[in-house]
Amino acid sequence: MKLTLHVWRQSGPNDPGRHERYEADDVSEHMSFLEMLDVVNERLVGQGEEPIAFEHDCREGICGSCGMMINGVPHGPKTLTTACQLHMRSFRDGDEIWIDPWRATAFPVLKDLVVDRSGFDRIIASGGYISVRTGSAPDGNAIPVPKDNADAAFDAATCIGCGACVAACPNASAMLFTSAKVAHLAQVPQGQAERWDRVLAMVDRHDAEGFGNCTNHGACQTACPKGISIDYIAQLNRDLIRATLRARPVEAGRDA
Amino acid sequence: MRRVATLYRTTVGKKVLMAVSGVVLFGFVFVHMLGNLKMLVPPDAAGHYAMDVYAEFLRSVGYPLVPHHGVLWLARLVLLAAVGVHIVSAVQLARLSRAARPRSHAKEQNLSLAYASRTMRWGGVILLLFIIYHILHFTTGQAHSSFVAGAVHQNYVSAFQNPVVFLVYLVAQTALCLHLYHGVWSFFQTLGLNHPKYNHLRRPFAAAFAVVVFVGFLTPPTLVLAGVVS
Ligand code: HEM
Ligand code: SF4
Ligand code: FES
Repeated sequence: MKLTLHVWRQSGPNDPGRHERYEADDVSEHMSFLEMLDVVNERLVGQGEEPIAFEHDCREGICGSCGMMINGVPHGPKTLTTACQLHMRSFRDGDEIWIDPWRATAFPVLKDLVVDRSGFDRIIASGGYISVRTGSAPDGNAIPVPKDNADAAFDAATCIGCGACVAACPNASAMLFTSAKVAHLAQVPQGQAERWDRVLAMVDRHDAEGFGNCTNHGACQTACPKGISIDYIAQLNRDLIRATLRARPVEAGRDA
Repeated sequence: MRRVATLYRTTVGKKVLMAVSGVVLFGFVFVHMLGNLKMLVPPDAAGHYAMDVYAEFLRSVGYPLVPHHGVLWLARLVLLAAVGVHIVSAVQLARLSRAARPRSHAKEQNLSLAYASRTMRWGGVILLLFIIYHILHFTTGQAHSSFVAGAVHQNYVSAFQNPVVFLVYLVAQTALCLHLYHGVWSFFQTLGLNHPKYNHLRRPFAAAFAVVVFVGFLTPPTLVLAGVVS
């Protein structure tokens, strides 16, 4: 099949950038979207031009690095599918495809389609951990976890940190990502000790990174390749409000 | 207090303020709509209109414990505060959003779950303009061509005999209907009032609320325009 691509090219963080048009004449419907870009890149390299930079690693939908905006939809037209798992049979011969990097203040473009997602890492670092005793390994089943909670925590834990939720959101909010991390640990006994401080710290970090506010559009849920539900955002909101109400004054017990 | 300040500083805290002030407003809107339905009640034997009796009740409720107009002014202050908080948070959040996404994507698609969610900002502005007009129209009278202080029923009828006025109210109620449809659902989400057992009821509840308010508010004016209520 033959395709016309309009790809965002930006040589570095300070380059204003522009869309460049490429004709891809030798695309097989069995290729993945990234393989199609590989073919275009081989030709560019052959012509002595700079290849299109895009991020990728696992190419099997689990690492979260390959995100890009394809015709205005994060990861392209197929739901529950990352760009690397998207196949060219989702397109038709003669299609025009616009490819953009994620656009958000908190995700500055490094080059072409590659953005800096380290804001996500800093959100995780601010609270996405639990305290465990090191030393001898604990007995695997020593802490009982109700099945429903384990399942819900696991569903939240499937977030791969790709950033599609931010790209889909009209406010460039990262609440779906943040809520998945908060809800994951809030639903298992191991996460209880830091539960209230975690939610405050992670939301604070989320805002400090320059992500926008969630106004309940739900576009993130539609775009998420892992089907993370906005119910987790409601859970984050509830935990944040409870964390506020539960707070003990700093001087408690000192001057009673 | 430290944590309350933290909550307010966060984007979520500002949304909580939107939701709490929003629920005050939609509580008011519902009661206001019930009050307006008094237009459908025929006058009593002495010729008193139910609407006028109800309006007088609002002015004197609580008397003699509180002075005349006491409860009315308290309600007005609460509503004014709610509208103020709602608008200030809306403006702050809208500015944050603009800063977070200065440039949109090529061919960006709308993936939102509900159309109404995209109408909240300009819909809110329509509502604000409407609220100002509405107060000048029925409370203070400057925007009413034949206003008679205290004669609520009469003012209502003379206003809606004019199709242009009816149209203004129709537009405002459409904006309110959309605002409520997203707002009522959003309220549950923002305050984290969710439970797997009841989550599927939130959308239908929001839709029912929005439709009841729309129909409830517009029924009396429609009947006035049609000449049934006079
Ligand atoms: C004065 C005019 C008004 C303005 C400017 C306004 C504006 C807004 C805005 C911008 C939002 C946030 C939408 C978003 O970004 O998702 C919102 C939400 C909301 N509004 Fe209003 N609004 C107004 C009047 C009202 C009225 C009269 C009611 C009640 C009947 C109301 C109830 C709500 C509710 C319940 C929400 C949802 C809060 C949440 O997100 O949880 N608003 N409004
Ligand atoms: S919540 Fe979904 S869309 Fe957002 S980062 Fe995680 S996997 Fe990607
Ligand atoms: S390359 Fe790992 S998810 Fe696509």
